[in-house]
Amino acid sequence: MVTPEDFGSHETAWCPGCGNFQLLEGVKNGLAAAGIAPREVLFVSGIGQAAKAPHYLDVNVFDGLHGRALPAATGAKLADPRLEVIVESGDGCCYGEGGNHFLAAIRRNIGITMIVHDNQIYGLTKGQASPTSAEGLVTKAQPGGVTSERFDPLSIAIAMHANFVARSFSGMPDHLARVVAEAVRHPGFALVDVLQPCVSFNRINTFAWYKKRVYELGGDHDPSDREAAAARAREWGDRIPVGVFFRGDRAPFEQRVPVLRDGPLVGREHDTAALARIMDGFR
Amino acid sequence: MNERVVNTLIAGEAGQGLQTLGGLFARILVRAGYRIVVTQSYMSRIRGGHNTFAVRASAGKIHAPDERVDLLLCLDAPSIAIHREEMREGGVIVADRADAEGAGDGEGLFAVPFDELPGGIVRGTVALGVLCALLGLDRAEAAETVAHAFEKKKGAEVAQANREAFYAGFDRGAARGGGALSLPAAPGGTNRLVMNGNQAIALGAASAGVRFCSFYPMTPATSVPLTLIGMAERAGIVVEQAEDEIAAVNMAIGASFAGATAMTATSGGGFALMQEGVSLAGATETPLVVVVAQRPGPATGLPTRTEQADLDFVLYAGHGEFPRAIWAPGTVEQCFHLARRAVESAERWQGPMFLLTDQFLADSLRAVEPFDIERLPAVRVGADPASVETPYERYRVTGDGVSPRLTPGAGGHIVVADSDEHTADGHLTENLEARVLQHGKRLRKGQGIRAEAAPPELIGDERPELFIVCWGSTRGAAVEAAETISASGTPAAVMHFSQVWPLVAEAFLPALEAAPRAVCVEGNAAGQFAGLVRRETGFAFGERINRYDGLPITPGFILRGLGHGDA
Ligand SMILES: Cc1ncc(C[n+]2csc(CCOP(=O)(O)OP(=O)(O)O)c2C)c(N)n1
Ligand code: SF4
Repeated sequence: MVTPEDFGSHETAWCPGCGNFQLLEGVKNGLAAAGIAPREVLFVSGIGQAAKAPHYLDVNVFDGLHGRALPAATGAKLADPRLEVIVESGDGCCYGEGGNHFLAAIRRNIGITMIVHDNQIYGLTKGQASPTSAEGLVTKAQPGGVTSERFDPLSIAIAMHANFVARSFSGMPDHLARVVAEAVRHPGFALVDVLQPCVSFNRINTFAWYKKRVYELGGDHDPSDREAAAARAREWGDRIPVGVFFRGDRAPFEQRVPVLRDGPLVGREHDTAALARIMDGFR
Repeated sequence: MNERVVNTLIAGEAGQGLQTLGGLFARILVRAGYRIVVTQSYMSRIRGGHNTFAVRASAGKIHAPDERVDLLLCLDAPSIAIHREEMREGGVIVADRADAEGAGDGEGLFAVPFDELPGGIVRGTVALGVLCALLGLDRAEAAETVAHAFEKKKGAEVAQANREAFYAGFDRGAARGGGALSLPAAPGGTNRLVMNGNQAIALGAASAGVRFCSFYPMTPATSVPLTLIGMAERAGIVVEQAEDEIAAVNMAIGASFAGATAMTATSGGGFALMQEGVSLAGATETPLVVVVAQRPGPATGLPTRTEQADLDFVLYAGHGEFPRAIWAPGTVEQCFHLARRAVESAERWQGPMFLLTDQFLADSLRAVEPFDIERLPAVRVGADPASVETPYERYRVTGDGVSPRLTPGAGGHIVVADSDEHTADGHLTENLEARVLQHGKRLRKGQGIRAEAAPPELIGDERPELFIVCWGSTRGAAVEAAETISASGTPAAVMHFSQVWPLVAEAFLPALEAAPRAVCVEGNAAGQFAGLVRRETGFAFGERINRYDGLPITPGFILRGLGHGDA
């Protein structure tokens, strides 16, 4: 049995009261519930406050570049599909700097779970707008308020047929744990966008702001219905749904790579006879 | 050189199958035992324009392209006028009768009614037959090579049609006779491979155990991943076209971290996008091989031409300080061996290693002796999990700077890597003492890399009065230029650097200083390598020969630059 305690407990560099703490607990609980042992997991993160999260877990970690967690994670997953690969990073990292990789990961349907700390702000660089910031949000970098429209990761993911699309809220740790457990068990690419209050820089989307709006998708929502999922994803305002919006059944990328049918790349025998035959082809 | 060397130029528009035709011609020659040097010159378009495929052939050793043409095959009318000036005395121009009309009936013009000959529908094959006849090649053997190539790709029926077309062309050519063009017999060597630089890089990397390659298409690098894709299933390699070069480099790093020996290949613009990733490989000490196939810049430059102007770029690529090595193969054989070397070195020193090539070498088919591939070992990935101390520290501070690398989960150990400065266990830190320890550790690997650096190769006279100093693909042109100069009475030699970083002064400075004259020849305008030698050793070249018109450096170009007249 895997327990949340197996993932350890560490001092963090986060601000007191930040939503990241509950999020971290939710992830531990979710992994334990899914029965995934720390040694089987590789967390890949980018740069930001959220991206530090894997350092607070006793797991394999590749903490790479801002925005570039997904490609590094994709490479790792293709090298060794046995690894449970989880990307965890901020909304700026995942949707801003890494936007193109987000689209590509969905298209590939690579078997990675992506947990996004969506605080609608750039935390680590001290409060500039992020792609998910609300229009009108005033920051030091956007003194006249954000003028671009909010990026809606769920709608994009559903439109692009992402295999698993969910949202949770750091203020609902049990819900979060359930969603994480489900996401890691679901084959292919899974997005878990987690609403996470940033107490230092986002004075609008606070804990209370979310608490007032967030509601759980009920039994009447059918996650296999893409149209319904898209409609629910567009709901953002006085009421914000959380839960599993969409669940698809596309085969994961790594299962469709012929070379990987013979097992992982890691630890493969070096077949010099095959290479000699390949060389002969140059005659 | 006493042996006869014949330079054949096939010219035409993009879309006329020049590459297929040229490739087949090259294969026929190698099968017959000849050595070849292919130079491909093409425009950045898919149809139209003007492209050439030159095949220089000889029974003896040759090293470089030639500017002068002995046998010209024109696949369209403009080619006749464009290349007429390049013809050598006694050369022959082969053209379609319709194209040749109005071109002036020079003695050297051989007009063939391609379409009227049997099999004219595959006029390229007819033309190939004409060329082979003029060179005096064996009719049946050459036809066999043609038929075999078509059989593999298109089946027996197409193969037979092409065989007939080849015979039709051959008989037409034989009736005219090649005269001075016919090559002497080339006994032996019929076992050689026909391979270009990028194919050799791919094969070399695969033989060293590369299991993963991510890339974003960019000429002239693309044929490295394409070659790997061609062998992927048989060799057990995953090749993934990434969404951009940033993804490509990060994917390769991720794969390598997880335990698959990894590489990526790109050209200048794409490499510009990879900078942060290069630095990431340096910081996380992840083995990574990057092939940078140069083309003229800045920016998009001349996409399909050649240059050697990214030396400084690769040398300083990435932010911050970390050790690296850069190899610049001068021959197709070196492409193979140095690709292996780069893979081994990346694994051994755990960081980014570079292979710097260019369009000329990338596309230059040569006859290559088979490699001893069955006996070449693959790299061992990571340390033996049983050998590491517990608790495991990915970045344990060691004397030579190399820490025990494990892949995630190996031996039950947890592996943590971070692009932030980190403690020995891999976790991010802002402890400045830890920073100094880790940075020092990483940089110490540079001493080991330096100790292994290959000295330049000295080719030619042992006590030269003239040293032609060069690096990368310029080797062949320099060798032939030096041979010509030596033959004319001035002892000359080539100093060729197949590793351009680190430079170890003791390995070459005494020889360089002993020569009365040393000229640095390179394919860029600024003299980047000459500048590097000066920075590293204090040696200032009195003369430089630089080419930056997008064409490969030829012996003739060097000889003219030396004031030696043309060859
Ligand atoms: C290439 C690059 N550009 C910019 C930065 C600076 N930077 C670090 S974190 C960050 C944004 C952080 O926001 P987010 O990803 O939302 O994470 P948070 O800190 O809010 O958790 C930026 C812009 C960087 N590290 N690298
Ligand atoms: S800056 Fe915001 S998101 Fe980052 S730790 Fe502090 S409160 Fe949390």
